[in-house]
Amino acid sequence: MTPHEPLNTADGDGVRLVCAPARPADLLLRNVRALDPRASLDGLYDVVVRAGEIAELGPAGTLSAPAAAETVEGDGRHLFPAFVDPHVHLRTPGQEHKEDLETGTRAAAAGGYCAVIAMPNTAPVVDSAPILGALLDAAAREARVPVGFMPAITRGLQGSELTEMAELRALGAAGFTDDGRPVADAGVFRRALQYQRLCGGVLALHEEDPSLSGHGAMHEGVVSALLGVAGIPSVSESTMIARDCALAEYEQARIHIQHLSARESVAVVAAAKTRGVAVTCEVSPHHLTMTDEDVRGLDPRRKMNPPLRSEEDRQALIEGLRSGVIDCIATDHAPHARDEKEVPFERAPMGTTGLETAFAAIYTDLVLPGILPLDLVVEKLTAGLGLLDLVVPAIAVGQPANLVLVDLDAEWVVGESGYESRSENCCFADRTVRGRVLLTVAAGVGAYRERSTILSVPHVTSEGQSVQ
Amino acid sequence: MRHLLSIEDLTRDDIERILDRAAAFEEVSHRDIKKVPALRGRTVLNLFYEASTRTRSSFELAAKRLSADVVNFAASGSSVEKGESLKDTVLTLAAHSPDAIVIRTPYAGAAALVTSWTTAAIVNAGDGKHEHPTQALLDVHTLRQKLGSLEGRNIWIVGDVAHSRVARSNILAFQKMGADVTVCGPPTLIPRGIEALGCAVRYDLRQLREADVVYALRMQHERMDQHFVPSLREYAANYQINGRRLGPRQVLMHPGPVNRGVELSGEVVDSPQAVITMQVKSGVVVRMAVLYEVLVGTRDERNSPRPTERQLA
Repeated sequence: MTPHEPLNTADGDGVRLVCAPARPADLLLRNVRALDPRASLDGLYDVVVRAGEIAELGPAGTLSAPAAAETVEGDGRHLFPAFVDPHVHLRTPGQEHKEDLETGTRAAAAGGYCAVIAMPNTAPVVDSAPILGALLDAAAREARVPVGFMPAITRGLQGSELTEMAELRALGAAGFTDDGRPVADAGVFRRALQYQRLCGGVLALHEEDPSLSGHGAMHEGVVSALLGVAGIPSVSESTMIARDCALAEYEQARIHIQHLSARESVAVVAAAKTRGVAVTCEVSPHHLTMTDEDVRGLDPRRKMNPPLRSEEDRQALIEGLRSGVIDCIATDHAPHARDEKEVPFERAPMGTTGLETAFAAIYTDLVLPGILPLDLVVEKLTAGLGLLDLVVPAIAVGQPANLVLVDLDAEWVVGESGYESRSENCCFADRTVRGRVLLTVAAGVGAYRERSTILSVPHVTSEGQSVQ
Repeated sequence: MRHLLSIEDLTRDDIERILDRAAAFEEVSHRDIKKVPALRGRTVLNLFYEASTRTRSSFELAAKRLSADVVNFAASGSSVEKGESLKDTVLTLAAHSPDAIVIRTPYAGAAALVTSWTTAAIVNAGDGKHEHPTQALLDVHTLRQKLGSLEGRNIWIVGDVAHSRVARSNILAFQKMGADVTVCGPPTLIPRGIEALGCAVRYDLRQLREADVVYALRMQHERMDQHFVPSLREYAANYQINGRRLGPRQVLMHPGPVNRGVELSGEVVDSPQAVITMQVKSGVVVRMAVLYEVLVGTRDERNSPRPTERQLA
């Protein structure tokens, strides 16, 4: 298998990623700097998309637009495989005042994402086949980019009874998670691992020990001591990861650790991987670029779980990406309404939006200063679906067009022209960043286009007439 | 100074300016007519989300002695109990155009948050376990009166440091005034990382004799339910300031209300070394000085006008 081949397996075949039908794109992307680390592709190319599929790939200036296709002038700007996010909250059903399938996937497209996986901590919880079925139907009407759903491991996220995982899986569940909460009861979690032999599906885990986290609202450390805010210690996360890696090893099961935040956690996952445990993990853009020092002002937009931790933790997460211990970058996009976040820090709900800022935040803080190479960041932003045995986007002939065109030099202020998301609780708000998504093609369909940049030349019909 | 939100924001000069003015107000408290017209026509609003008799009445007296009009707004029995958000409550009260809002809430940073919703001067009367700046100012005022200067003095703060906004503000204030601060208490009630504030940390009272000032914190009964210490009996056995432990030349302070027989024995509360009632007395003059500072201020700041409603929006 070459690196850019689809990773579809028998296991992943049943997973459903769904979006609203739309006309497949016909495009010529002229003179783009195509970068696909998995395919070792890096250079100036013309890319032809025909009926939503990458039809031709040739050196810049060599390809011409197919009939009725739009030509996009790349001017040497970067074209990546579009990003995928295995961890977002789209708030449907029941919390549509924060986000819904349409606004959430619009935010995803604006951030350069071609697929996202939604978490089940909604109202009601996605823990039964009828709810999952209704969501898949809704996504087929509303979603701008393909969405997959991870139902709950336990009913109502209560941590005591398993959901009907086999039925959910047959309907297209992308995996299972109680995200927002740990499966605190080791016995229950062990049964979920055993049940995986029947139904497959990765168990994605929010790791913390509730008895150690207590009523904590931020990282336990110097800043929490100064502010008098109860802390969430790093060991709340790492001890739970150690427990779950041991159980997964014993049961020969597959687990995925969500949003690593602490250096102890990186060490625990590294050790488990060395032992051969089938464990993967993710890190969020905010944990890679911010620390508890950024919480000194008690801005509720910077309250999330796991919390922003210390500089040593941040450095360990960056090193984890370099060494390969951390497999992918996931945003944990967690929208909350303005009035829910406009309260004192300790009262505010946990979470920050992230889909629209992920690339720019990481590019500005980690790539521009030379801390991480661009190709590694692109690889980690596109790796998330591979962990679920799904297709990883690739720039290769015959592949569905999942592409993002980015202007690395464009500077913008986060939030200056609003957000595509229904919510604005972004921890990066008001920051000046570099790297702007100009165009996103998701599953062969034009999903997003930045309005202020003129990229394309008009369609030209066979009669030579311009078409609007 | 527009607001008083934390000791962290203040310089030593700020503290000395406020306390020098407090000393000048001392005289007013000794008059038959305990009132000056400094804040006549100004409205001070007390917004208390936590039960408080001492601090609230101290602020009320301070405002009245400066001839300000005072409105008390307690969370119980108000729209807050009906589910109104802090922002909506503040916007509603701000519509009455108060000149200052004195606010106590159970949440860190709430006083600072409120500054973005109103043009009134905000005085933090306690925000969660974060800070209680007027308590620290009145404690410094008391010590300046008792000892002259805090420079080089050794101050021990004993008890539940983790849940104490008084401890946090006092560590900062005492250090800014030149004192060396040691915190001491059960390891379960000393927050990890507190030494980053520049204080020493001890877990027993063996070296207590080195202190010039012993500041005991209130041991709150609800901490017992959370099992931070095995029992009040064991706490008292290890951390109670009593006649056996307190040296004859040490000054004893406590923010009140005292649990006699827990953090302090009855004998030391009643001893001449205790300055607890002096602290209460300082509270009024220091809060007069604070209200004067944020509402009238110094000459320099009179030139920089408050933002208008429009600028805030």
